[in-house]
Amino acid sequence: MEPVTQQRAADEPQFDARGLVELNARVPRVSEIDGETASFDARNLTTRQINLELRWLLYEEGVKEVTVENPGARHSLGAGLLTRCRIRFQGSLGYFALGMIDGPEVHIAGRVGWSACENMMSGVVVVDSNAGSLTGAAIRGGDLVIKGRVGARTGIDQKGGSIIVMGDAGLMTGFMMQRGRQILCGDVGPGLGDSMYDGILYVAGKVKSLGVDCVEGEFNDADTEIIERKFRIYGLGTPPSFTKFVCGKKLYNYDSLEPSERKLVL
Amino acid sequence: MCGIAGIIYRNGQNNGGHRIGRDMTSMLQSMKHRGPDSTGYALYHAPTHELTVRINLSDSSTPHDFDFLDNVRRRRREVEAQLRVAGATIRSTEDVNDYTFSATIDYHGELKSLADHVESVSHTEVLSLGHSLEIVKDLGDARTVANAYELDEYFGSHGIGHVRMATESDVDIANAHPYWAYPFSDVAVVHNGQLTNYHQWRRRLESRGHRFASACDSEIIAVYLADRMAGGESLEDAMHHSLEELDGVFTYICVSEDALGMAKDELAAKPLVLYEGDDMVALASEEMAIRAVIDHEIETYDPYESAVMVWNR
Repeated sequence: MEPVTQQRAADEPQFDARGLVELNARVPRVSEIDGETASFDARNLTTRQINLELRWLLYEEGVKEVTVENPGARHSLGAGLLTRCRIRFQGSLGYFALGMIDGPEVHIAGRVGWSACENMMSGVVVVDSNAGSLTGAAIRGGDLVIKGRVGARTGIDQKGGSIIVMGDAGLMTGFMMQRGRQILCGDVGPGLGDSMYDGILYVAGKVKSLGVDCVEGEFNDADTEIIERKFRIYGLGTPPSFTKFVCGKKLYNYDSLEPSERKLVL
Repeated sequence: MCGIAGIIYRNGQNNGGHRIGRDMTSMLQSMKHRGPDSTGYALYHAPTHELTVRINLSDSSTPHDFDFLDNVRRRRREVEAQLRVAGATIRSTEDVNDYTFSATIDYHGELKSLADHVESVSHTEVLSLGHSLEIVKDLGDARTVANAYELDEYFGSHGIGHVRMATESDVDIANAHPYWAYPFSDVAVVHNGQLTNYHQWRRRLESRGHRFASACDSEIIAVYLADRMAGGESLEDAMHHSLEELDGVFTYICVSEDALGMAKDELAAKPLVLYEGDDMVALASEEMAIRAVIDHEIETYDPYESAVMVWNR
């Protein structure tokens, strides 16, 4: 294995006084466009150039399908894309990949770092390998499929959508989740569903420990239906048998009265 | 924020013959955005019979006035004298730069006594001491430090590095990582995180006779591990205990003469990406850093909470 040296000194990103990076970046326009499909090599592009190129292709050139070669585990790639399209990353992405997206169908042939798909509104993201911590933090919709394992606090503050993990998950999975579902096929770490308000966690493997106010729920036909449907859509094979976990609704008060009003009622 | 990185070549292949200095620089430079204040390296060359001692002759309280160079030279002479007083035979010396002095010595006594003799000279600090360990740390990014200390030509078997964003203590060499596990030969630590029971442990360890060169919480880890190992524990056992006894959020990498290990706190709050190949193990706060030294697609993962892992060279 021959290590490569990085020669970045000359083209290292420039910062302004506020810490904003690459202020004067321009769209590189290096893609090969063929009708509604396009592809480009990101090896020698900066993070901002890659994102500008994606926006240019999707918003201005009418391209619907993009392949990105050599993303090189850089951070914040594909963030904030708000249109229906297909994107394929031929390699791993770094932190904050595909944050705030609304619409895209993304396939990552590699892994993602921390906080992938943070606040995703809709769309589909399929990751072939592992993911870091805070995967799918605060997502509101869409499907996020991780074929490897995930780190800690998957789907923290989740407000909708589905997170499907084929491997193991770390501690405090589903921490403070409020809606949506997670289908976890491997073992999960301590504190599953800690302080959750609502939503459903399906676990096929061992649960190290349950978090505060997370209890086992009753498995019904609707649960089987949704799991089988997701497995069918993403070609994940035959689903294993799952245990369902939901919120015990003991930790929070769910009536709509303010504390002062409640005093009056009592 | 801080960034940490480490690399170890496995299976004893080509021991000491890897361009560890250049590789660590590539890794650390790609994580410059995690901490531009200072950069540090703990590098391991092929073990020698003699001890290498690296000494910083000017702490941050030394005024950079007209007498600076004279003061440093005088301290250098005093340090050499103290090495002899402690019972060491000096084989060779090197003035790495104006304020860093390195000596190769023959010494068979207690390392604590040797280090204490050297540090009895005012404003000096032993950066590292060992048969194969050398710690290099200075202000600036990895490229700056690597150029200043000619690290591109450093050959070895394993190493760790750190880019620092100062949060809890000053920006100076004493507060830069890695920390040598005083007074244990060939052990060093880099850390990303915050320790919340720092003062408790500092008082505890000081009362047992350990010295602290800085006000940085990360130094606790190095001294803590050294204290445990002095009690007869292995590096791995000491690391397991550290998870129970140190509070806060942390991921640290620690190295000894023939092993490299990582430990992560029970909240898994600080990142670490790990690549385990057949011939090498590389780990860093961000995958980007690993990709700076491996140019093909690789499988990496994040260790879970309370993980302790050790690899041998």
